[in-house]
Amino acid sequence: MNFKLASALSIAALSGVLAATVPASAVAAEKLTYYCSAQEDWCQLMAKGFEETTGIKVNMTRKSSGETFAQIKAESENPKGDIWWGGTGDPHLQAAEEGLTEAYESGMRGELHDWAISQAESGGNATIGIYSGALGYGYNEEVLKANNLPAPECWKDLTKPEYKGHVQMANPNSSGTAYTTLATIVQLFGEDEGFEFMKALHKNINQYTKSGSAPIKAAARGENTIGIVFMHDAVKQAASGFPIKVVAPCEGTGYEIGGMSIIKGARNAENAQKFYDWALSADVQSRSLEVKAFQVMSNKAAQSSPLAPDLSKLTLIDYDFKKYGSSAERKRLLKKWDDEVSTLPQ
Amino acid sequence: MTTAPHSSAYPGSNLHSVGRNTSAKRINRTIILWLTVGLLGFCLFPWYMLEDGFWSFEWLDGYPYDTDYAPALFLLLQQEKLWLAPILLFLLLPVLVLGKDKNHPWFGKILILAGGLGLGWLLLQGFSIGIRGWSFDAAQSLFGDLGDRQFGLGYGAMMTAAALLFTVTTGFASRGMINGDVFVVGVIGFILALVGMFILFPVLNMLSSALQDNDGGYSVSVFLSKFFDDKIWGLHCLSGARSCGVAWNSLALAIIVGAATTLLGLVFALIATRSGLRRAHLLRPLTVLPIITPPFVIGLAIILLFGLSGTVTGFVADLFGLQPTRWVYGMPGILIAQMLSFTPIAFLVLIGVVEGVSPSMEEAAQTLRADRWQTFKTVSLPLMRPGLANAFLLGFIESMADFGNPLVLGGNFDVLSTEIFFAIVGAQNDQGKAAVLAIVLLIFTLSAFYAQRRWLGKKSYITRTGKGDGGVSAELPRRILWPCYTLVAIWGTFTLVVYGMIVYGGFVEVWGLNHTLTFKHYITAFGLSFGENGILWRGSAWDSFWTTLKIAATAAPLTAAVGLVTAYVLVRQNFSGKNAFEFGTMLSFAIPGTVIGVAYILAFNVPPFELTGTGVILVLSFIFRNMPVGIRAGIASMSQLDKSLDEASLTLGANTWRTFRQVILPLMRPAVLAALVFSFVRAMTAISAVIFLVSAEYNMATSYIIGRVENNDYGIAIAYCTTLIVVMLTAVALMQILVGKVDLKRQEPQPA
Repeated sequence: MNFKLASALSIAALSGVLAATVPASAVAAEKLTYYCSAQEDWCQLMAKGFEETTGIKVNMTRKSSGETFAQIKAESENPKGDIWWGGTGDPHLQAAEEGLTEAYESGMRGELHDWAISQAESGGNATIGIYSGALGYGYNEEVLKANNLPAPECWKDLTKPEYKGHVQMANPNSSGTAYTTLATIVQLFGEDEGFEFMKALHKNINQYTKSGSAPIKAAARGENTIGIVFMHDAVKQAASGFPIKVVAPCEGTGYEIGGMSIIKGARNAENAQKFYDWALSADVQSRSLEVKAFQVMSNKAAQSSPLAPDLSKLTLIDYDFKKYGSSAERKRLLKKWDDEVSTLPQ
Repeated sequence: MTTAPHSSAYPGSNLHSVGRNTSAKRINRTIILWLTVGLLGFCLFPWYMLEDGFWSFEWLDGYPYDTDYAPALFLLLQQEKLWLAPILLFLLLPVLVLGKDKNHPWFGKILILAGGLGLGWLLLQGFSIGIRGWSFDAAQSLFGDLGDRQFGLGYGAMMTAAALLFTVTTGFASRGMINGDVFVVGVIGFILALVGMFILFPVLNMLSSALQDNDGGYSVSVFLSKFFDDKIWGLHCLSGARSCGVAWNSLALAIIVGAATTLLGLVFALIATRSGLRRAHLLRPLTVLPIITPPFVIGLAIILLFGLSGTVTGFVADLFGLQPTRWVYGMPGILIAQMLSFTPIAFLVLIGVVEGVSPSMEEAAQTLRADRWQTFKTVSLPLMRPGLANAFLLGFIESMADFGNPLVLGGNFDVLSTEIFFAIVGAQNDQGKAAVLAIVLLIFTLSAFYAQRRWLGKKSYITRTGKGDGGVSAELPRRILWPCYTLVAIWGTFTLVVYGMIVYGGFVEVWGLNHTLTFKHYITAFGLSFGENGILWRGSAWDSFWTTLKIAATAAPLTAAVGLVTAYVLVRQNFSGKNAFEFGTMLSFAIPGTVIGVAYILAFNVPPFELTGTGVILVLSFIFRNMPVGIRAGIASMSQLDKSLDEASLTLGANTWRTFRQVILPLMRPAVLAALVFSFVRAMTAISAVIFLVSAEYNMATSYIIGRVENNDYGIAIAYCTTLIVVMLTAVALMQILVGKVDLKRQEPQPA
């Protein structure tokens, strides 16, 4: 063998190791480690926007809210992240409850909707609402027609026998969306009747998906008929050109509040606060339209899309985030669902 | 070429005497070398991990007194971190034996004691004192509040640890272990330390959480109740009511996949070697496909073909007037996807075996008037048995560990690998449950792994002896030939269609809905524009793309190096505990990626080993996930090199390291190439462990792709996958050119 090759290989290996340990910027620039649990393009938009406005280098990781929560918890002894933006509010509240995130009262609070502030208060100010979206469902018009099914309008419609094998929702054990569905149904119909509803619905479910928005994506591609999801997710599929019709159930419905939290022990806590204030401003929140995010933003002055479901026209339940976001209640409901619903024959 | 199994005793008696007077010097030199490294580490390099990485050079500011960046010696001088003091003592202890007779009983003992105690103390203090003071409640109550803390081990500590480790191995070598070969004992010690630190420690650490109850206490009854949970072992599907436990699901799937891929692989191998088909060699590129295919794409293509609105489903439904169903979601879909992915692996294993069946034996059978079918049934097939078993077990293990396909196609059919993932990341966030499921999965894969080694290790199926064999392989009997042709034609076409769809999918507007051709996905992902400062990498995929290339290119040569050196030790050296050593190094093959990922994030987030969020942890996970392949390739190619080559080199006075470098390594270029290619490609397509380990700075391609798939953005995901496939093919070709083919012919002497 030639030595040249051996040494070339080892040099390549060595320089690779070095390259892997070198931080992206060799100068000690200002930076921010940003965990994002919203859709990828929205996350990118926020990261690049903040970099451009402040010159602070942003390192972004996008993971679902469940994954991010698990990561922050695993890293709690030695936090790596600074700020966590996006994703449904429950894991943010859970993180606040477990002391994984830091309380912060932003000067921007005056510009926000009440629901954003009350979210902060339920989490001891360690989180805040950045957007909200109502729960509902969407169906694929073409598949519905091909199966000669009537268009559903209410929650109770979904339990009718003709929809057997046509409804999809996520598994509440793995998805925040589906847990919100379970909690909404319990609050809407009361616990006993709510669980009767879930049992009846179970007979019509063709698959409990792992991820929250998967049912509507499957419906968009014609792999499913009806998907129980957040309405803004359904609107997004419709806006992307899929034959999806969005339904706000006639009995009323629950909603989620997307959260933002500063991680406790953040290495760049000051920059995290800068990001926090910046992310709550009307201009920044209006940019959500660029990436087809159809949630209602928390800043009162932020623009929203004409396609976005208008929360003020929906019958919304008085969702008790404190109670249903707590670990104990969550565990109890999930266990009950596991024992009484998921084990039934379909 | 035959190798006598016990010829290794030979050099001990003879060569030892040749090298006796030099070996004492050599040992002294080794001791001095490691003493220097250790002292450098202790006295000059920052002891603790640097937050911004080594190359920030932030530590020079205030060095050597700033306690965050100070070397251990300067910490001690400032009366800080006094618990580090004993390490210096152990580090200096070997000075006592310098220049002494190495056969003195105390010579080795002192080295072993000094290194062993030093290493032990270093780990003990590292694990007991963390960033919040004492790490264990017991220590807290015993010694009271510490009032101090420490971070993860840095460069200085690593150098010191290495020095202590090699002091131990030098000690063992001086006591005559492995003929007193300092290099080989050092290598064994080093590999043991690596395997211990990066495989055993994280996995055991994670599994111990299976024993924990909700309050963090340890309890066997909690473990048992979790382990025998109905959701893991339930058998309700037999009575038809609902689905069975995940363990049974995984097991059934793995057995079927193992059997089916073995059968298909055998059929392909038979056609490729014994059908007289002229173009049969074209089948070989097939074997490369599954390893260069990023996860998910096959699953996505199958949905588009067989899903509720899939092309094939629609066609068949129209043809027979049936109502389309979601039949593909669940076991059937996973089965198809895994068969597509793993059949080529079985083919790869079996083609060697089928070719290895000696034609003379078949000719002998035919001379004895057996017809083709009898020959095939009674001679050829039994001789292929070990290959069949091997292919089956590979398929079994791959299916068990597969993560991407069940994620996309699983429906309500849960399997262990995805359940582990969702136990961690799901809303339930139950680490104990994940650990229990991981144990079940490990039991399955390890038993398969163990069975393979037990069963295949014993019998001899060697029919090629190295003596010339002039026979021609028997053609397949007709009653097998035609079914084989049909199967190959169907499956080959199917594979082509699936890959064709994948390429096509990157160029259409919305896959499955609007098939207008477009480049927009490639532009979004890999857009470039030329600004004032040169090229602007505008595409959203560039970041993860370059990171992936960098990490894969770093991991590949390291994996090959670790694998080949291990193989060398395993093939060429005899020592007690060799079997256990081999089992330990091959172990990570049987540990599914999800388990490794979770284990790494739990083990390496806190001192003494703080690695999460760095590129290093990704590189490490790849090295230790893929090392077994490097070892396998090395063992296979080294077994073919006669030991007389080593002996010649040793007799001429070269030491083991030099022999390895100048004699063995050049002859092993195919193995080097195989190990390089495999580890490079696996590092680019791995997902299951990676998804836990990516960080803001080091995001990998596969984790980016998952994000797009989750977002229903199949276009970009597929465009990215296609790009990765092209990049990997190019890289493989490049490596082939760079490392080249082995040329064992004598060459004209060249001026040096």
